[in-house]
Amino acid sequence: MINTFLQYWVTLFQHEFVQNAFLAAPIVAVVTAIMGYFVVLRAQSFAGEALADIGFAGATGAAVLGISSLVGMFIMTLLAALGMGALGERIRGRDVEIGMVLSFALGLGVLFLSIYTQNGANATVGVGVLFGSILSVTRTDVLVSLITALVTLLVLALLFRPLLFASIDPVVAQARGIPVRLLSIIFLLLLAFATAEAVLVIGVLLVFSLLIAPAATAERLTRRPLTAIILSVILALSFSWGGLILAFVGTGSHLPVSFYISALAALSYFLSLLMSRLQSPRGYRALPHPSREQTATA
Amino acid sequence: MTSVLDKNNPIVQLEQVRIQYGKRIILQDLSMTINEGEFIVMLGPNGAGKSTLLKLLLGLLRPSAGQVRVFDRPPSRGNREIGYAPQHRTLEADLALRARDLVGFGLDGHRWGPGWPSRKRTALIDQALEEVDATRFADAPIGQLSGGEQQRLLIAQALLTNPRLLLLDEPLASLDISHEQEIVSLVTRICRTRHVAVLLVTHDINPLLPAVDRVLYMANGHSAIGTPDEVITSTTLSQLYGSSVEVVQALDRLFVVGAEI
Amino acid sequence: MLLEQKYSGVLTTIQEEHKGNLDMFDFLTYTAIQNALVAGSLAAVIAAIVGYFLVVRGMTFTAHALPNVGFAGAAAAVLLGLEPVVGLLVFTISAAVAIGLLGKQLRERDIAVGIVMAFALGLGVLFISLYQGYAERVYSILYGNILGINQTDVLVTTVLSAVTISLLFILFRPLLFSSLDPTVAETRGIPVRLLTITFLTLVAITISISVQVVGALLIFTLLIGPPATAMRIVQRPLWTILIAILLGVCYTWLGIFLAANGLFGISGTDMWPASVYITSLSFGVYLPIRLLSPLWIGRKARRHATNLKSEEVLSQERSNNDDRLVYEAKGVLEVF
Repeated sequence: MINTFLQYWVTLFQHEFVQNAFLAAPIVAVVTAIMGYFVVLRAQSFAGEALADIGFAGATGAAVLGISSLVGMFIMTLLAALGMGALGERIRGRDVEIGMVLSFALGLGVLFLSIYTQNGANATVGVGVLFGSILSVTRTDVLVSLITALVTLLVLALLFRPLLFASIDPVVAQARGIPVRLLSIIFLLLLAFATAEAVLVIGVLLVFSLLIAPAATAERLTRRPLTAIILSVILALSFSWGGLILAFVGTGSHLPVSFYISALAALSYFLSLLMSRLQSPRGYRALPHPSREQTATA
Repeated sequence: MTSVLDKNNPIVQLEQVRIQYGKRIILQDLSMTINEGEFIVMLGPNGAGKSTLLKLLLGLLRPSAGQVRVFDRPPSRGNREIGYAPQHRTLEADLALRARDLVGFGLDGHRWGPGWPSRKRTALIDQALEEVDATRFADAPIGQLSGGEQQRLLIAQALLTNPRLLLLDEPLASLDISHEQEIVSLVTRICRTRHVAVLLVTHDINPLLPAVDRVLYMANGHSAIGTPDEVITSTTLSQLYGSSVEVVQALDRLFVVGAEI
Repeated sequence: MLLEQKYSGVLTTIQEEHKGNLDMFDFLTYTAIQNALVAGSLAAVIAAIVGYFLVVRGMTFTAHALPNVGFAGAAAAVLLGLEPVVGLLVFTISAAVAIGLLGKQLRERDIAVGIVMAFALGLGVLFISLYQGYAERVYSILYGNILGINQTDVLVTTVLSAVTISLLFILFRPLLFSSLDPTVAETRGIPVRLLTITFLTLVAITISISVQVVGALLIFTLLIGPPATAMRIVQRPLWTILIAILLGVCYTWLGIFLAANGLFGISGTDMWPASVYITSLSFGVYLPIRLLSPLWIGRKARRHATNLKSEEVLSQERSNNDDRLVYEAKGVLEVF
């Protein structure tokens, strides 16, 4: 029994696409997990969504022009990140404006997609961008992801402490001489990379599962940055590898990897919600005493 | 400062009221009356139960123990004799309404259908706007108005049913000094000319000292009610808080200071 | 592609009969176009009204989340051999009620909604992958199939729209009041919780109907675009809604007309989905109005008030508010 099981996996791994998938997954997972930690901390989850949707237009536009959609995606997300960085704080809370731009980007993507498929090309390309194409990842893609991941992680490592400070308390950080604005822009550029990589695995529409869910789950379980980041990485790895394994073990010829990943992500997030509710029900907070209120007036 | 205690026409009566959620006691042994036309200020730190008391009077909560009577009846929702103005907030989406639309809710916001414009309705709203000195910006979108102006609109809205009791939840919060003064004079004027009882929740008694009749100070689940001189003293407050509190009078103002840091 | 087949069928019929000379009125004689116009107009009307309330309540995120949940429902229905609309309705209404019951905790909510949204889409992918004709069906739900609407769909749309419009009419004032100030509305005896759940159900119905017109991906621009644009033009509720309806219906008609005409196609028979036109129109009108609106909105206010705060101070106030909220959410600062 175990023998056939192992035999199954050995045969699987002889295929290049399987190898690529299992190689790409951890590369992307690590980057998205760590970036996701900061995204959740900075309450910028909409930015990830926005970059993905705008990237969709870039990916499909590139396909129409005959360029690699990965390249198109990278370029578009980088441009979008620059745009968002330029707008700065004015974006905060502007749900309507952001939603309109997102939808328009998706509309453009749909347009390019229908042009692309009408010219006789394979209709499943669009689905790949929307829902992930980890099973069609090429060796080159893996290499490109690896390089961008390393660059991203290097920059993150360098900027770790100032970025953390600026994310938690921008006002004080600014006062201490940290260039908060510049850091925000750099962060968005890094996010563009991370988002493009996530889209490769799980597609534009399900980005949240890989970019936000691991970090959000981790931050529910612990407050300490390093622990949260490590936990986030472990979770992201479990989701992506887990999704792949389930897909190969599970349903027949169609392998909806992204479904499994999103299911695992949703499951763990809600489990963590449950756990944190059980741990501390609406706690009783001690009433403020005048002494703790500085010098309050009556 | 006229004393209305001799009028003695109680419109709100609380007897040994206790409010608790599970093990957490918010208020206990609260007994007090509010008389017609009285100006009462509610003070105390956050979480002390001030908003809870307002909700009680509005019929949104039931006490865990004790008796509450408002206008000689148990509190009920939708009582048009009570006007309620919450704290103003600045909302992006308040491009949706003009000032007079917001005030108009006070008149018929709870009725079915989209409503039909009528001259009588417009006149009533104009009157309310006039009373709070908001006629100038009656047609401006709410989102464009300052905090003080929005607060005035909320008060106008509350006045449209000609209430006998006005509940104001932190109307002075995040207002600068001049706007603060405007609201205080406005509320005082309304209290005296309309003979409306006012229960105003705030953090700082000082802007209201000239106008207030009595103070209700809530802390630690306990409360004390009386004139400012009676309640805002080191002894009374120390008793309330259960630890050492100093009240310092300086520059015509009262300051409450905790003894330990 | 299923979509293309349906479209090109319509177009070739028309082209054959007219040998290329098409004008507006000839169009109207084709059932496909008639169905599209009726269903599209109704969808646009309820979308405009419901969208207005969504903007006022600050709940535009539902316009992202619910369609995706609907996508899963539609995919499930297709798998089970039912009409997609059925799946749409069941899933979106359930999700809407769940959102209504969960209440209002901002930061957590956005993340939770996003994760659920992604899972719903994943579910949709699963269902679709178990069904033959994978990609085509996906696309048709994702970006709409207005020119392929049949009589049953039109009937369902009409009935549901009539119900929605009547309810919105009756509930107008209490709904608006409780949307803008739930605390005070509650004290006036308005059943705020019940109204919220009813409203969200109407949102779900609206989304289910609109998905047929513009698809699950692009709904936001039909739902939120017209009201957001209208709000920048007038600030009186009834007028805003009327203008929003006008805009929505115009976008829809133009979209249908352009799509059926195959206009702007690279070659003569290129067909772009109507939803693309509708989205572009909605965004294209919204953008300039949004960017230019401070010019006339500020002036309107200034005409009426003398001590109005400058935009700078207002936005400082707003960002102070936001900062406080963010700090509170992060548990970093204890604000008294």
